[in-house]
Amino acid sequence: MEKDKLFGLIDLDARIELTRFKPIRWLLKSRWFPLLLILFNLAVFMVILIAGFVGGYSAGNYNFGIMVVWILWWVLLMFMLVPVFARAWCLMCPFPVFGDWFQRRGLFQVKPGNPNGLNIKWPKSLKNMWVMNFLFLGTTFFSGFFTVRPFATFILLGGIIMVAFLVGLIFEKRTFCLYLCPVSGFQGLYSQFGMTEIRRKDFEICKKHIPKTCFVGNEKGHGCPWLLTPFDFKKNTYCGMCLECFKTCPYDNMALNLRPPGVDLLADTKREPRGLDEAWKAFIMLGIAIVFFLAFQGPWGFIKDAVRATTLSSFLAYIFAHTVFNLLLIPGIFLVFAALSKLFSGNKEVPLKKVFVNFAYTLVPMGLGVWIGFSLGIILPNGSYLLHIISDPFGWGWNLFGTAHFPWTPVFTYPLGYLQGVVLLIFYIFSLAYGFRISKQTYPELNQAKRGWLPIFSFLTLITLVFLWLFLGT
Amino acid sequence: MKYRAFVLTILCILFSAGTALARSEKLFEVKAKKFVYTPNVIKVDKGDLVRIRLISEDVTHGLFVDGYNVQTSAYPGQDGSITFVADKAGRFTFRCSVTCGEFHPYMTGYLVVAPNSRFWGYVILTLVIGLGSIAFVFAKNRKEQEDGKG
Repeated sequence: MEKDKLFGLIDLDARIELTRFKPIRWLLKSRWFPLLLILFNLAVFMVILIAGFVGGYSAGNYNFGIMVVWILWWVLLMFMLVPVFARAWCLMCPFPVFGDWFQRRGLFQVKPGNPNGLNIKWPKSLKNMWVMNFLFLGTTFFSGFFTVRPFATFILLGGIIMVAFLVGLIFEKRTFCLYLCPVSGFQGLYSQFGMTEIRRKDFEICKKHIPKTCFVGNEKGHGCPWLLTPFDFKKNTYCGMCLECFKTCPYDNMALNLRPPGVDLLADTKREPRGLDEAWKAFIMLGIAIVFFLAFQGPWGFIKDAVRATTLSSFLAYIFAHTVFNLLLIPGIFLVFAALSKLFSGNKEVPLKKVFVNFAYTLVPMGLGVWIGFSLGIILPNGSYLLHIISDPFGWGWNLFGTAHFPWTPVFTYPLGYLQGVVLLIFYIFSLAYGFRISKQTYPELNQAKRGWLPIFSFLTLITLVFLWLFLGT
Repeated sequence: MKYRAFVLTILCILFSAGTALARSEKLFEVKAKKFVYTPNVIKVDKGDLVRIRLISEDVTHGLFVDGYNVQTSAYPGQDGSITFVADKAGRFTFRCSVTCGEFHPYMTGYLVVAPNSRFWGYVILTLVIGLGSIAFVFAKNRKEQEDGKG
């Protein structure tokens, strides 16, 4: 059978196993990794929290917390961490470290016995992205504060660390990361596009291996904190790349692979099915990108005033419009195109819900491209503030690296629009490439898939044109 | 020889006059107030000489034009001014260059230099890519179907 090749060039089954290289394998099996990264980031976030606290209500562009979180971290996340390394941020995230410490009775050594805490299981009905969807959307209501007011960032991050710890006391393992963390949901969804994956190597080895130490743990490491079964999962969505399975596998049967971008978008298994929760995450991410662009990079004062709550009525109107737009309007428009897809296909057997959910995954590459484009519009004009804040993180007049007086210097502002356009087109092409494959998965016959693809293709093209207008047009 | 010099001089004068006529001058009074510019969109044609007078209505504000790298600043009672030739087509953000409050990095407006060829170029490219992909998908699968039947 002919191999399925992305753009006729890249075999979708092609993998480059990075763990073939001894230094990488050694690193991933070491208990120091990723602990050292986590501790480093914990130190950075402590500085962020202090800067947020002492920065109070001042302008955020000269505040370490605001700049590192909303300019550097966010941009790194969207540019590199998610599209290339999938959920690599979760690997080094310091937020759940206190919960881990409590549950495991230590950070480095693996201690036998039951973990501390109540270890209650998260309700089955909530084992999905819905709570994260609402929490993330709810967080964006206050983006006009979090992204510009140091103290608001302090409250947000402090709150996340606190809740992560409390959830660790009550619920088992990384329940917080799996089902509650506001930034976990979109990383999970977009990591399906990521070019890195952790998977088992040889199915037969895992089949014969009892007990499954990757799941239950052993003296070398903890059972999967993300409650996955590393011996058979197929998608990046809920793999936090914590690397415990590399440590617990006695057969070195876990692999860190490089792969073609986006292959998880075609995965739809019984244990990891496509779902409405992830579809809505895709809509929400697209909608938030539009609203954020209008508020932060657009010229319209009334939107900025509403987002930063100059009056209560305008703020409430913003929250209402933002919610309706993200939760109802965008999914509603998409539903119309999904219904048209079913109509055009001529297939009356395929449920509309399946058409709707399946095609929602075509928005993953596009959403990622949109966020990269948005991030370019933030980092290129404002990145130079970072030079100031690394020298004077608390605004106390320090000049640690001699860059405290570096003037605001926007860079590459002429090619900015070109770059945004190129990024949009690249990810549009990925959306098209995976979209038709999803159409073939959705409809049993090729002719149906072709006809059913046309309305979804039109939607993707329309959305691309909308974002081109936002980035470049008037 | 004298005749040739005379003709050259006349041509030079005509060319200079033509250039001056083609380049029209556009003056804008832009009012800045936390965190909005009024007007928030400035439209000119490529080649225009653009003069912007910046008037601040509350605190010190700046105005930096992306792509042109020109800037000025103003505070109440003291206006700022910039002049430049709009020789690059497209849409460019102008933004505050003096920290004026918490929303300062997002105090923005648009300068549109017509024709906005960047935007329309990308629109055409998107449509070409999209329709090309559809044609490719239909042609490829027709071929596969025919091969399958054969």
